[in-house]
Amino acid sequence: MKVTAIPPEHASDPQAPAFAAKLDAETKIEPKDWMPDGYRKTLIRQISQHAHSELVGMLPERNWLTRAPSLRRKLQLLAKIQDEAGHALYLYSAAETLGTSRAEMLDALHEGRAKYAHIFNYPALTWADIGIIGWLVDGAAIINQIMLCRCSYGPYARAMERICREESFHQRQGFEIMVSLSRGTAEQRRMAQDALYRWWWPALMMFGPHDGKSTNSAQSSAWKIKRQSNDELRQQFIDMTVPQADFLKLTVPDPELRWNEARGHYDFGPIDFDELMRVVAGDGPCNRERLGARVKAHDDGAWVREAAMAHAVKRQARAKAA
Amino acid sequence: MTEDWPLWEVFVRGRQGLSHKHVGSLHAPDAEMAVQNARDVYTRRREGESIWVVRSSDIVASDPNDKGSLFDPADAKVYRHPTFYIVPDEVEGL
Repeated sequence: MKVTAIPPEHASDPQAPAFAAKLDAETKIEPKDWMPDGYRKTLIRQISQHAHSELVGMLPERNWLTRAPSLRRKLQLLAKIQDEAGHALYLYSAAETLGTSRAEMLDALHEGRAKYAHIFNYPALTWADIGIIGWLVDGAAIINQIMLCRCSYGPYARAMERICREESFHQRQGFEIMVSLSRGTAEQRRMAQDALYRWWWPALMMFGPHDGKSTNSAQSSAWKIKRQSNDELRQQFIDMTVPQADFLKLTVPDPELRWNEARGHYDFGPIDFDELMRVVAGDGPCNRERLGARVKAHDDGAWVREAAMAHAVKRQARAKAA
Repeated sequence: MTEDWPLWEVFVRGRQGLSHKHVGSLHAPDAEMAVQNARDVYTRRREGESIWVVRSSDIVASDPNDKGSLFDPADAKVYRHPTFYIVPDEVEGL
């Protein structure tokens, strides 16, 4: 059966044709517009997961703030982490326009009911990992996010445009770190190579399962939430990244990786999607640590949030009385 | 259960001479903190030089279902545009 923009349960809804017409005309859907329940639910899930990823994404980097090798690197990393917090906030706001609340989303994350990008459950063991995270993890995220700038839901698309603009510096700061290390001492080159060995495959998994194995893809495409398939995006990432690895004179850990002249793309070896599923299900190297750190930060901040609110209420009451 | 701070809409003036433009929203306990948070969230790269914040609950919006009755009548009023008028070719300054 062909998946269409109007699911069967809305077939006789008088508002449905206008929704479908907007999608056809590439007109954005806005918060107060009618939309199928599934469209709303899919977006809330996807945007909140995206926001959670930005939030949890700060954690692997934070240990390196006090260990950055120079003041320049420390300032860059601070700015990048601050951007990630900002990106989480833009995305939470976009999700809230669909009728969920910030509190609901955070509770879902903290209680383990919501997912975030599996990649942040890997440890950042050395300084080279900070370079790799910017170069590969942000690089992969940007490819996905450029696609999402064309997503049919207005607030999500607008948040993506802003995030893409800001995130290009993240990828460059990562690559700059990789360039320094790859031109450095033998030990630094080893460190860079080791980081690439560990992060290459998890980075490829960021695009999700192969087309056809991805459960929500067909409906998301019909709704123009997703504009390109997982495999297309992954191929685009590989084609972009392999020449950059060559420039760094680093070896990509895939013996089957080679340029295919006929396809005009790189061929690559099989991806271990069982690993992806294991990490998503909670059994990655750092799942417990990441969620634990997030919950602790939230709980430790509770008194500040309450005090700020109590202060605001008191001041308001005083202003009224005066 | 976590409770949310009130929601604020943020408007930023890009530079002197432009109007304030809606850039997004955020949560804050009061107006002062809303401005401070807006500065951190929406102007990290010198995107503006003036910020307005408005409680989201204070904004009154038109109903999307009224879009037709509110805005379509303007379609029939082409005489509100200068291109509607026929001016002889030899006349200048109009």
